[in-house]
Amino acid sequence: MDTNQYIEVFLDESREHLQAINDHLLELEKESEDTTIVGEIFRSAHTLKGMAGTMGYEDISSLTHKMENVLDLIRNHQLAVATDLIDILFSCLETLEEMVESIASGGDGKKDVSQLVHQLEAIEKGEQPETSNGDQEATGTADTLENLEIDEYQKTVIDQARDQGYHAFQITVTLNEDCMLKQARVFMVFEVLEDSGEVIKTSPSVEELEEEDFNDQFSVVLLTQETLDSVKDKIMKISEIKQVEGTPLEDSHVHMPNDEKKEIHRENEPQEKQKEVKEEQKQQQSPKRQTQSKSIRVNIDRIDHLMNLFEEVVIDRGRLEELSSKIGHSELIETVEHMSRVSKDMQNMMLTMRMVPIEQVFNRFPRMIRGLSKDLDKKIELEISGAETELDRTVIDEIGDPLVHLIRNSVDHGIESPQERREKGKTEEGHLQLKAYHNGNHVYIEIEDDGAGINRDKVVEKAIKNGIVTEEEAEKLSDEEVYPLIFSSGFSTAEQVSDISGRGVGLDVVKNTIESLGGQIFTTSVPDNGSKFTIQLPLTLSILSAMLVNVERETYAIPLSFIEETVMLKPEEKMSVNGQAVMDFRGKVVPLVSIQEVFEVPGTEETEQNGNQDEAIVVVKKGDKLTGLIVDHFMGQKEVVLKSLGNYFKDVFAISGATILGDGSISLIIDPNALIK
Amino acid sequence: MNEPSKVIVFQLNEEQYGVDIQQVLSIEKLTEITKVPKTSDFIKGIINIRGEITPIIDLKDRLQIGETEYTNDTRVLIVQLKDIQVGLIVDTASDVIDISDASIDPPPKVIGGVSDNFIIGVAKLTERLLILLDLEHVLNLDEMNEIKSVTDEA
Repeated sequence: MDTNQYIEVFLDESREHLQAINDHLLELEKESEDTTIVGEIFRSAHTLKGMAGTMGYEDISSLTHKMENVLDLIRNHQLAVATDLIDILFSCLETLEEMVESIASGGDGKKDVSQLVHQLEAIEKGEQPETSNGDQEATGTADTLENLEIDEYQKTVIDQARDQGYHAFQITVTLNEDCMLKQARVFMVFEVLEDSGEVIKTSPSVEELEEEDFNDQFSVVLLTQETLDSVKDKIMKISEIKQVEGTPLEDSHVHMPNDEKKEIHRENEPQEKQKEVKEEQKQQQSPKRQTQSKSIRVNIDRIDHLMNLFEEVVIDRGRLEELSSKIGHSELIETVEHMSRVSKDMQNMMLTMRMVPIEQVFNRFPRMIRGLSKDLDKKIELEISGAETELDRTVIDEIGDPLVHLIRNSVDHGIESPQERREKGKTEEGHLQLKAYHNGNHVYIEIEDDGAGINRDKVVEKAIKNGIVTEEEAEKLSDEEVYPLIFSSGFSTAEQVSDISGRGVGLDVVKNTIESLGGQIFTTSVPDNGSKFTIQLPLTLSILSAMLVNVERETYAIPLSFIEETVMLKPEEKMSVNGQAVMDFRGKVVPLVSIQEVFEVPGTEETEQNGNQDEAIVVVKKGDKLTGLIVDHFMGQKEVVLKSLGNYFKDVFAISGATILGDGSISLIIDPNALIK
Repeated sequence: MNEPSKVIVFQLNEEQYGVDIQQVLSIEKLTEITKVPKTSDFIKGIINIRGEITPIIDLKDRLQIGETEYTNDTRVLIVQLKDIQVGLIVDTASDVIDISDASIDPPPKVIGGVSDNFIIGVAKLTERLLILLDLEHVLNLDEMNEIKSVTDEA
């Protein structure tokens, strides 16, 4: 089967299920008694197994298969949830993730899972996980003569079927010992069974039956309206069948323990009379899918393309507006106005289509923290809030790594060891807060720990040593000015280089990434009380409010988020300090930068002479630094669509992109970051 | 190398040049160019081609055979190479012709002042020669900078 076209769906869904397993495992660790959680994990693992099987990724399905077996034991209270067990399940999960990612990057998703499989098998047999070295067999060939165990869910199905006049039978079929094609016989038996009713359970599992991985005997639970004898007769008509035994299934079987069992789902062969039962079954199996059916997956490229097309509409809209006002036909004007309103709504819709909850990024952190606290012998509680906050997809894709970096940093350097914390009179357990929220045109992400805080002296010492600041400069710096130093390149405060953070890559990468996204990072810290990193990000990258300004014949857009104020400056207020033009802005000396000079815009004779007029200044800020940009005119504020200059230009100085104005002309978007000194 | 069989013919100074028609998306009239500061001289700026921001290169400047004076005949060839869409300013774009592989000669060292790096070959047509440009090299900025530094040194 050509499965390529399904690969993306497979990947998406696999990731979803892996994430679900991850979340539930974490929950399970906290509430080991809760079997509904195990049920959830089981369901995800099962779906994953099914999908991987269909797609031909055998390693994934064999690993999930073993996971299911173990989970099943937990669900039936035959196995207690221990940390060791969770660890193994987590490493299974990691392996699965690796395999899925390998498929995503074009690999074959193959990986040696035998070690994990052995460990799982060992657990299954009740051994200690560490001492495991079980062999491959023995799982499938459980004693089928025993009553099959029915779980809650299957019981519900059976109960419901009974209400509708169905009988539940357990049927055990024994094949002739010299039967040659066991698999074919099994298939024939199943055909007969499914013709008369519905098989809701088999032992051994369907997979094992298909692989002939059983002795001569297998059992099924059948829901049917026919009598036991008639079903038996039908089966006996198949050749090479030695014996068929059947018993009606009583309620008492429901909680009987058994070591091997499997559910099977045969949703693809609808039979009229069982329809209701099946629908019930489906609902029970996948309540999630029900809600999912209201959304569809759309490739982001398509949305981008739609956006591009729409931008053309916006440009034409601008032209139409101009034309209609020129013509002055009232009905035309009305229509065009209506179209403008509708298209503005469309624009908003399209932007929200690109938004995804930050949850996607956040939900990998609980496990990370769990791992880190183990590695470092620290007790850490992670608190996440605002995971539903939505951000542009592009930002989401980029923000993950910086956050990982910052969190690792907080855990490694911020939060102290339990002993140290006790000595300081704090709780042994360190707290890490991850918070996201909207505010105005920005999204804020805060990472706050209650650890040791940033050691000012150490930072300064290090900064001097690495030549980032001189000693004289350092003395004058306020705390607020010292903390950002940790984000300078070539800086690392960890005395010992550890695995967790401080591999010399440093936090400067974090800062660079955030700035490239048009965001900023702020640091506050109180010694022995903890530190807080606040990341400010633009809501969306593709549209921004900007102020349009004129320089000679060029129009530039300056993102509003950078603008502090606009000022008309009289020539006599312009001063010079050491050859640098400055102005007085509310008692602060603010350097002035002429856009015309920076961008080498050719002047016209007319403007070169009028040095006596007031100059238009846009005061932009970056952190607490201000700079005045000299322009010719302010043209007003506008929502502009940010477009990249494309691959052809690499790192154009102080330009973050371009936008197309209503008349079809292009204006460059200034990146004030580069102009602020 | 894949020799073009259908080429768009255009003129730079007095010479006729050709590029593979597969690489050309459209031919546009010159509209107002928005300059992008601090970029190479031959990049004249960007224009809006149906919602795409498209960099514009003065082909003559790029090939170091002068600079284009904009007239009514001046055209912009929108070409696409891999994922990059670029506009090339040419004096006129006149024709589309078929040429057979057999009529193409390897490039001489320098023709019409254009370095052979930029040329795939020269097609002999009746009464005229057509220089076939290698767009991949023409659009490759890194290479350009190298060439430039070499010529600057010389």
